[in-house]
Amino acid sequence: MNLIVISLITLGVIGCISAVVLYLAAQKFKVEEDPRIDEVEAVLPGANCGGCGKPGCRNFAEACVKADSLDNLLCPVGGSPTMAKVGEILGLAAVESEPMIAVVRCNGTCEHRPKTSHYDGARSCQIMHNLYAGETGCMYGCLGCGDCVAVCKFDAIHMNPETGLPEVDEDKCTACGACVKACPKNIIELRKKGPKGRRIFVSCVNKDKGGVARKACAVACIGCSKCEKECAFDAITISNNLAYIDYDKCRLCRKCVVVCPTNAIHEMNFPARKPLTESQTAEVKPTETLNA
Amino acid sequence: MKTFRIGGIHPTDHKLSANIPIETVALPKQAIVPLSQHIGAPAQPIVEKGDHVKVGQVIAAANGFVSVNVHAPISGVVTKIDTALDAWGLPMPSIFIDAEEDGDEWLETIDRTPDLNRICKLTSKEIIKKIQDAGIVGLGGACFPTHVKLSPPPGSKVEVLIINAVECEPYLTCDHQLMLERGEEIFIGISLLMRALEIEHAIVGIENNKKDAIELFQKIANRHFGIEICPLKLRYPQGGEKQLIDATIGRQVPSGALPIAVGAVVQNVATVYAVYEAVQKNKPLIDRVITVTGESVTRRGNYLVRFGTPLADVIAQAGGIPEDTGKIIAGGPMMGRAMSNVNMPAHKRTSGILIMTEAESVRREPVNCMRCGKCVEACPMGLEPFLLVRQAEMRLWDDMEQNAIMDCIECGCCLYSCPSNRPLLDYVRMGKATVGEIIRTRATQK
Repeated sequence: MNLIVISLITLGVIGCISAVVLYLAAQKFKVEEDPRIDEVEAVLPGANCGGCGKPGCRNFAEACVKADSLDNLLCPVGGSPTMAKVGEILGLAAVESEPMIAVVRCNGTCEHRPKTSHYDGARSCQIMHNLYAGETGCMYGCLGCGDCVAVCKFDAIHMNPETGLPEVDEDKCTACGACVKACPKNIIELRKKGPKGRRIFVSCVNKDKGGVARKACAVACIGCSKCEKECAFDAITISNNLAYIDYDKCRLCRKCVVVCPTNAIHEMNFPARKPLTESQTAEVKPTETLNA
Repeated sequence: MKTFRIGGIHPTDHKLSANIPIETVALPKQAIVPLSQHIGAPAQPIVEKGDHVKVGQVIAAANGFVSVNVHAPISGVVTKIDTALDAWGLPMPSIFIDAEEDGDEWLETIDRTPDLNRICKLTSKEIIKKIQDAGIVGLGGACFPTHVKLSPPPGSKVEVLIINAVECEPYLTCDHQLMLERGEEIFIGISLLMRALEIEHAIVGIENNKKDAIELFQKIANRHFGIEICPLKLRYPQGGEKQLIDATIGRQVPSGALPIAVGAVVQNVATVYAVYEAVQKNKPLIDRVITVTGESVTRRGNYLVRFGTPLADVIAQAGGIPEDTGKIIAGGPMMGRAMSNVNMPAHKRTSGILIMTEAESVRREPVNCMRCGKCVEACPMGLEPFLLVRQAEMRLWDDMEQNAIMDCIECGCCLYSCPSNRPLLDYVRMGKATVGEIIRTRATQK
């Protein structure tokens, strides 16, 4: 009995002393932190994806609080609504940003791009990229090991087993850019999502000359510059035998899609084309393009 | 018998093409000569389209100190300077030469007689200059320019020259056969290198599975002053520079340092032969012995191949590609890489062509790492491959750098010893390439 009482008293005293020491230490070494950091962090998505360029959401919140304006700060996942909330908390004007989406610029499916070799090393695009050009004749195209799928924190990109190419889930993609960094071939690009998700892009990154590119892949961009000539808005540029559509200039007229001889230009989420009447055909496709 | 101390494995040596005399491969109709056949800056072409060249003529000049000349391997006309695809489908800038007549018209300055030329009155500097002009690089696999190795940085002292006649890589026999057929020439070459380095001691390290070569070299060594033959116990990767230094003279090169730090210079035996030809015969490096081997190859053997010859031609002379071929590997089975394009031309880096049957080349399904530590035991550089692989998978490049990934010699011992068939080397190589890139960018930013 005595032993128990002594133990209780001793432990109690130690507990009290420790409490006092801890209290004093907490007072002495207190870190003053801006309470707004917590508030900002609360409105952020909390995925810690690194899409903003900071290691995590808390670091982004700290950067926002320290900054004088939100010009160069953007949470790609939350987009404009989140940034508006952040701006409200901090009393700063949030910059309007258009929603972006990851776009896979390769259409070299098994059917279009025949295999010339077989890779049996570790399933990683980065490793395959360091070893050799890839399983097909195209050294620019998708390697198909799914490094982009592995890094996606939002489960928004998946390999299609039939085509062997990754596909982006439009509803889930937050344009954090993780897949863009992971792709050793730089195939994935962040582009404007466009009104109602409508967008047009060149689904190829092959910089080889037309003949070589075409031999390796039936749907490669051959740099023929037909789309460049067709575009009325100077949105298309050709460099290194490859066409690129500037999404800021593109007005989504879809004329380039029609003229592309290899179907390398893709349109997304457009309504099906109406079967054109003869007069319209003449209007949309002036003379030479009909033969293409 | 001596060997190195840390790690190592003992794979079956499969020297199927041993003791098969060297055979010369027919000259190609068109030679494709890559501008970068060495480590360092690619050579600068000095010929133009339409120029006529003779065998041995310089067609691309060294671009800086760590770079070497490239010579015409056949005589003919330069048709274009363009990119060609290498064995892995990647572009490499090359000079294309179409053969004229038989394509074998040599420069007059080159001595093509087989007579031995023992007398050399050149000074150290002159020998090194000749080696540099002849475009000689380390033929053991790394292709590091030889003249750079022979010019030690100020403040360091060379004590011993070590000749790498180990050929620890399974299947390959090109160095072995060269030693048997050109023993005398190799010894003159060693004397030349000793003269260039101004030292009087050389050690030739030979693995114990080449008993005939050891015997022959012992006999010749009795007539040469200062050259010692050192038979070594069979162990892979004894042919690695640092492993060979440890095995022969018992010194360990510190992490990140060069062999010169322990007073040693290592040269491959094929390089030594090339040095003999360059200094005594004025013949630049335009050909080398390549082993073509494999269980299914009908005419496996050692072939003297002029650079620029498509490997497909070399394989054709060795009996063609067998039907059940699974992989064609450039180099040996441990360090080599499977090729995706056999039309790639032979060059200074090509040491062997190994054709594996489908059954041999199957890679077993990897299962989970069980932390048995066999890879750590096998690593000859004292690294922890399982840890490096984990870090490479998680892309922790800084941690990999701290764990000395740059010391890795990519010998493949970890992969060979793994009971779980983990793709260790794949990840380690990827990590090494990425970390190397990071280190280089950091250096340029400073």
